Amino acid sequence: MTVYLARRLAFAIVLVFAVSSAALVLTRLAPGDYADQAFGPSGDRVAVERMRERYGLNRTIGEQYFDWLSRAVRFDFGRSMVYDRPVRELIADRAANSALLALSALAIATLVGIPLGIVTGSRFGALPQIVRAWSVLVLSMPPLLTSLFLVFVAARTGWLPVGGMFSVERGAASSAGDLLRHMVVPVLALALPLSAMFERLQSQAMGETIRQPFILATIARGVPFGRIVWRDALKAAVRPVVSIYGLVVGTLLSGSFAVEIVTSWPGLGQLMLNALRQRDLYLVAGCAAIGSIFLAAGTFLSDAALAFADPRTTE
Amino acid sequence: MNARPVRSAGVWALGVIALGALLAPWIAPHDPNARFPDLLNAPPTRIRVVDAGGGWRAPFVRPWTRVSQLEQRYEENRAEAIALTWFGGGTLVRSSDEARAPLLLLGADGFGRDVFTRLLYGARTSLALAVVAALGATVLGGLVGAFAGYAGGSLDEALMRASEFVLVLPTMYVALALRAVMPLVLPASTVFLLLAAIFTVVGAPFISRGVRGIVRSERQRDYAAAAASLGAGHVRVVSRHLLPAARGFVAAQLTMLVPAFVVTEATLSFVGLGFPSDVASWGTMLQDASTIRAISDFPWLLSPAVAIFVVVFSLNVTLQGRHGVMSYDRPM
Repeated sequence: MTVYLARRLAFAIVLVFAVSSAALVLTRLAPGDYADQAFGPSGDRVAVERMRERYGLNRTIGEQYFDWLSRAVRFDFGRSMVYDRPVRELIADRAANSALLALSALAIATLVGIPLGIVTGSRFGALPQIVRAWSVLVLSMPPLLTSLFLVFVAARTGWLPVGGMFSVERGAASSAGDLLRHMVVPVLALALPLSAMFERLQSQAMGETIRQPFILATIARGVPFGRIVWRDALKAAVRPVVSIYGLVVGTLLSGSFAVEIVTSWPGLGQLMLNALRQRDLYLVAGCAAIGSIFLAAGTFLSDAALAFADPRTTE
Repeated sequence: MNARPVRSAGVWALGVIALGALLAPWIAPHDPNARFPDLLNAPPTRIRVVDAGGGWRAPFVRPWTRVSQLEQRYEENRAEAIALTWFGGGTLVRSSDEARAPLLLLGADGFGRDVFTRLLYGARTSLALAVVAALGATVLGGLVGAFAGYAGGSLDEALMRASEFVLVLPTMYVALALRAVMPLVLPASTVFLLLAAIFTVVGAPFISRGVRGIVRSERQRDYAAAAASLGAGHVRVVSRHLLPAARGFVAAQLTMLVPAFVVTEATLSFVGLGFPSDVASWGTMLQDASTIRAISDFPWLLSPAVAIFVVVFSLNVTLQGRHGVMSYDRPM
């Protein structure tokens, strides 16, 4: 177990290292740098060179990379060229916003999807059928579509605010409520497809478990069916679902990108998109670093959870 | 949900969309870049069969009169009835007075272009890209998987570590980053090839891992040993005997990669990193629907979103019917 967890931890660290390094190197190799973008083709050459000098864009890629790396391990990600502020300050807020969105969606999807999956996997009848149909329907709506659809509904009915995290004219007292109201559309947009996915997976796992001989034996001993499902079968049926959580973190990040853009949620997605476009080298690398830290943490936690749920995976 | 009728509905929907894309130049009433400058964001033309007097007649349309230029609101001119012409002007159906009352089945976009026409042409771009990329991912993933599974050893280890690595990454960001580091303004054909290449690389690990597992376990079976002892070389054993075992898996993966790629293209084009905005693709069309006002006031601009939904849903139910499972560990 310890060896397994240590290996997964090493994988997580390599992931962060490789992703942020690749982001820096790729952006540096990309045609055009920030100085070009900022001054345009007819810009003052002296000013362009001075800016390159200031941000280290005139050095060789190797020098720049090792300089960045030696500071990045101390969580100093350099300065953003577009905003002229330290990258760390910029990404802290945005990362918190993205995490708020993603974790709320994950929590809702888990709390809704898994119990529904347990029910639809173990019972027959009209209600499970409806839930199943709903899941297949929602599963075909990736977050890009759910967010467009929910923005449409919210804008048409005026029930909920759309765009951003707060209303412009907010009072200080109502800001928490205001935030909650603004969260509904993006969180739902992200949570709906995810909950459908959890429901389907849990339902499938439960359906397979319920046909196992040990369940039949338990039924034969006269244990009530509800208790069998929620106590005995669930222990065996939870494994395939736990194992998917490792991949879900990536799905969540991908999905939140679309949701953030559509609903103007000020998260990492928008920041990184603009940084990439404007060749804001250190900001791209910083976003990649924090994103990959989320990813690595999520992957490691789900690996650990899987190892506890089913010790066979560690062999 | 009773799987059978739903599944055949899915197959039908896919067939209709594929046919619409293939026959776009003959079905679409207009050129995808034709503009109607007086009909910016005009609502869908309503096809009527009952005239003002309450009598039945052949399908006709009414011209839109602009009520407010600022708000882009239109009203039907009830005094006029313009007949539809079938098989005229080289298309299936169009209005007999194109200049005043063009047939806009799904309304017009912000440039006054016919959304229905662009939807058909967009299907060509978006679906062709997704299918080409999915086939590319299958070929690349199949080769890597077969190689790793057959060779084994440290090469297998290295290839599978690399695959695992790519699988963990969020596909959207990988595609975004790879696209963004290329020159931002490119001609449409270059964008097509570039996106196809990026999607191929991103999608291949989903294939290679499974193929590697299948090849590895099939290799132990007697028939593989028999083929080898009859003098079949490595290439022949892999291609003629081992890879066919992975057919079912590859088919299933293919039907999952296509919708994922359709959505990725849409997202990339939506944020302006996909096709140039004058090229009709479902993603560039959604760009017009990127403001809250456009979404709420001109909902017909969301029709590419509906088209994407229909494609993803149809592929999902077709897949579910075939394999009895609903695996959706795909991004987005």
